[in-house]
Amino acid sequence: MSENVKKYIKRQVIKPINSKISEKFVDAGLEKIRACINCGTCTGGCPSGRRTAYRTRSAIRKALTGDTSVLEDIDIWLCSTCYYCYERCPRDIPVTDMIIKLRNIAVEEGYILDAHFGLANNVFFITGHGVPANGEENKKWQDLRESYGLPPLPPTVHCHPEAVEEVQSLLKSVGFTELMENTKKLKEERAKKEQAEKEESTK
Amino acid sequence: MIEKKNWRYGMFLGCVAPNRYPMIEASIRAVFEHLGAELLELEGASCCPAPGVFRAFHIPSWLVIAARNITIAEQIGVSPLTGCNGCYGTLRDAWVEMEHEPSLKKMVNEHLAKVGRVYKGNREPKHIVQALYLDMGMDYLRDHIKYTFKDLKVAVHYGCHIIKPSDKRPWGGQYECPTFLDEMVELTGAKSLDYKDKFLCCGAGGAVRTAVKEISADFSREKLENIRNAGADIIIDVCPFCHLQLDLGQLEANGIYKDIIGEPYKIPVIYLTQLLGLAFGIDPNQLGLVKNHQLAGVPPFISIEPFLNIVKEQLD
Repeated sequence: MSENVKKYIKRQVIKPINSKISEKFVDAGLEKIRACINCGTCTGGCPSGRRTAYRTRSAIRKALTGDTSVLEDIDIWLCSTCYYCYERCPRDIPVTDMIIKLRNIAVEEGYILDAHFGLANNVFFITGHGVPANGEENKKWQDLRESYGLPPLPPTVHCHPEAVEEVQSLLKSVGFTELMENTKKLKEERAKKEQAEKEESTK
Repeated sequence: MIEKKNWRYGMFLGCVAPNRYPMIEASIRAVFEHLGAELLELEGASCCPAPGVFRAFHIPSWLVIAARNITIAEQIGVSPLTGCNGCYGTLRDAWVEMEHEPSLKKMVNEHLAKVGRVYKGNREPKHIVQALYLDMGMDYLRDHIKYTFKDLKVAVHYGCHIIKPSDKRPWGGQYECPTFLDEMVELTGAKSLDYKDKFLCCGAGGAVRTAVKEISADFSREKLENIRNAGADIIIDVCPFCHLQLDLGQLEANGIYKDIIGEPYKIPVIYLTQLLGLAFGIDPNQLGLVKNHQLAGVPPFISIEPFLNIVKEQLD
């Protein structure tokens, strides 16, 4: 190899940075992304990438190489799951599903936005609805329903307290509650650590 | 006259339609009753759960709760029927995935057994559009048209999950430019416009609206700009979450992006069954088109009065 080639064309070998994370990718069925040829069709058709720094190809590339920064960045949460990347991938990689799985791993590692955590833990788990209409604070939505000739509450979990309990016991059984507790703990620990580092650096 | 069949479905309400946009629920019920289809209640159903958020947190939880919802319909022997693209995405993807992966079905049933339920997977989850277009068919719908619009320009918004992922949808793999919604809209005499990026996402889904509202509002801004440039009188959609994003989202885009949009957006957003119902001759009161309350801060956030004026002028 000539001196110039050595000088200007550096070969960068990306080793899996965290083997535990890599294993998780494989366990989650993410090994399908090994078929990725980095063509960028996913990024090209992405309506989120038009207006944000989210690059689908880049997220997939990072997952493939075990680069855990993909879990920390907000980028994977900017996918609106429109499924164009899934449909158009020339290698038939179910790209959108891969992004969803990456999000699962991110949550497991304690990377979840406060708004998402609140929605899961304080709204959905408590009421059984993602957008509830029960309780005194939601009176206006009950009145709105009645104004259109509907009963104040729909015949969903809102009319069946026993169904809310059933949903909650299923969520406990499948590990959702434990996951939420863990992700909260990890997130708080990380925030504390970052705070301590910040204080250390300003000393 | 196309013969009426004994259509029976389980009304899967989801969250946004019953709890924020009840006019959509009212219009679906009115239109299905008018067409002779029976809608049974799915008592105790929960959030589907939403495919962009809850599936993104924990896939097994998403699958178990989706399966529980489907079992409620199975117990009364009907297909769960939803008017929401998000619920459709969840129920149908879960249904297809469990059919293709017996281990998932087994896992789900192990959890469901603890609450005395069994998931069978023998009832296909359907969207109201699927029921209207595929079960009843265009000829049947055409037979019910009583009034037609003379000049109504419509921007049809399909949304994403009604057509994609296409391998889990009933439209024969078509996903780039399907026409089933345009065909149904044009039954009413309205003209479905071609507009730039017609199949662009509204921006609400995938947990994006909860994560960063400005980004969601920018999706809507782009969509609304293209719709306005095409000269549409109204937007027609088939998903309460898209509906929320395109209605409330107009206010948000008008605020956040006021410096770049020029005139504020004010395009009435109408749900498919509200439009169809009018053409069938159903009372606008039953279709959730008439406001009968003094409540503040409730939808529609963009006045539908211009649309009601068109209805008065053209439908006689």
